[in-house]
Amino acid sequence: MHSWETFSDLLRNRSAVAGMVLIALVLLVAVAGPGLAPYDPLKPAPLERLQGSSERHWFGTDSLGRDIFSRVIYGTRISILIGLISVSISLVPGTFLGLMAGYFGGRIDSLIMRLMDMLLAFPAILLAIFITAILEPNLTNTMIAVGIVYIPHYARIVRSSVLSLKEQLFVQAIAHLGGSHARILARHILPNAMPPIIVYATLGMGTAVLQAAALGFLGLGAQPPQPEWGAMLSEGRQYIQIAPHVAAFPGAAILVLVLGFNLFGDGLRDALDPSLRMV
Amino acid sequence: MPLGYIAKRLFHLLLIMFGVSVLVFLMLRMIPGDPARLLLGEFASPEELVRLRSQMGLNQPYVVQYGIYLKNILHGDLGNSLRNGAPVASEIGVRLPATLELAVAAMLIASVLGIAAGVVSAARQYSVFDYGSMFMALVGVSMPIFWLGLMLIYLLSVMFPIMPMMGRIGMGSEPDVVTGLMLVDTLLSGEFGDFLDALHHLVLPSFTLSTIPMAIIARITRSAMLEVLNKDYVRTARAKGMSEAVVILRHALRNAFLPIVTVLGLNLGLLLGGAVLTETIFSWPGLGRYVVDSLMARDYAAVQGCILIFAALMAVINLMVDLVYGLLDPRIRVHA
Repeated sequence: MHSWETFSDLLRNRSAVAGMVLIALVLLVAVAGPGLAPYDPLKPAPLERLQGSSERHWFGTDSLGRDIFSRVIYGTRISILIGLISVSISLVPGTFLGLMAGYFGGRIDSLIMRLMDMLLAFPAILLAIFITAILEPNLTNTMIAVGIVYIPHYARIVRSSVLSLKEQLFVQAIAHLGGSHARILARHILPNAMPPIIVYATLGMGTAVLQAAALGFLGLGAQPPQPEWGAMLSEGRQYIQIAPHVAAFPGAAILVLVLGFNLFGDGLRDALDPSLRMV
Repeated sequence: MPLGYIAKRLFHLLLIMFGVSVLVFLMLRMIPGDPARLLLGEFASPEELVRLRSQMGLNQPYVVQYGIYLKNILHGDLGNSLRNGAPVASEIGVRLPATLELAVAAMLIASVLGIAAGVVSAARQYSVFDYGSMFMALVGVSMPIFWLGLMLIYLLSVMFPIMPMMGRIGMGSEPDVVTGLMLVDTLLSGEFGDFLDALHHLVLPSFTLSTIPMAIIARITRSAMLEVLNKDYVRTARAKGMSEAVVILRHALRNAFLPIVTVLGLNLGLLLGGAVLTETIFSWPGLGRYVVDSLMARDYAAVQGCILIFAALMAVINLMVDLVYGLLDPRIRVHA
């Protein structure tokens, strides 16, 4: 399908458009962050601690008197970065392993897929927790941990696409004409296996943001005073009875961003790969 | 069901569990720091450290260490907690029922509400209910459950105090432990009031934990039902004058069950992971919270034991899904 056709399909899809709008909004906030934030997100103001929403502080203040609106705005950058880097960490090795397993089959396939099965035997968040603990809790390691956890998902998706693609006539013809494995994989199989990968990566951005926020919430992700949404929620938990706004706004921000990726991913799936459509 | 098929699946399960044990063993060896020093503290003398390392087998080659570790696991010995010296296996045994109770309750809520929403959405495709429930399902999978849990606590325990905020039962109402499942134990003790209290405590955490699986089940049920509702035999059933309820429940839902069962199974794994967060929010004394607490205290023996148990549970669940799948659709076990 031509990219223009895909794009016009996307524009006709209400879910995709709603997702695009939400993502565009969040990206805008991330880019314009310093200009939009009325206060320094890291600067404490002890006299203004745990204040509710007001004209001066739209989202209120946290336990150190920092402006939550400014922290949520700065947190946008961190979350977008988490999504992009984590998905890249899963996508690149996952795609490579899936290509190898599906194309060469036999022992290579068995070895790779059994290894993937082992990783899939752990609940995702638990494996991420474990990896973060080994590497030491911080933002970079959160991205690495979340990335590693989802490698098997990409490997499986790519493998199943490759299994059907390598049986297709055009691939067999190129092989008979003497095309090398590397050329067949890079020029003919990978481009045709891309639609499900793109869809999964879009949906995966949302999942990565959620998982990283969960690690932040457990104290294993970004460390204070970084304005990461999960870590902000964790702090809000202590004050839930007297100042619910401390947890409410960072959580709502996570919801908006993840919902954007999920809406867009759903629409993208319908446009790129109608066979996966949810009827 | 052919025994060969079950044997093949069991062999696969054992292979995965062996791989998982190797993976966990190697990962734990990558953790910086000396386990003997962690156990004895920073003021331990060099002689004490050498003695403990030798006792723990840490001066042996990795292959020998793994052999000892595997032998201990097979004897049910998951080591001792670094925090209190208690055997990890018994610590897990005390907490596992709490997690299972929470996960099963969440699965029940997710299945009943998710399947109902999916069926009604499919039966009334493109209606307001359909759009509304599918949007809510999308919100459900996009929402951090730890945030939902906190908001529910604020709304239903602080603002309108109708739900307990934490724990499995009110103070002083704990029954004698028989199964470790609070609902069962309160019933066995004959205290119906305590049973209701335990049920009351279970509502918020299990509902919180159920949201993501519920959303996924609703979406899959809707799509599976829509596919079946277009089949000839459903049209024939309608043409024979059967009521819509009979057509949907007896003919369509039964045939749409295969993908739904798969998703139910896969979501049990999701629930085990979600329990880590839900238990932390609601101070639920289960395995998930124990893992987090152990990690914070750098109690790696406990972390290792819990991770192995979680992986074993996941593997058993996957095996059960495979077997149920084979029972529901004989074609699958022929091709397996």
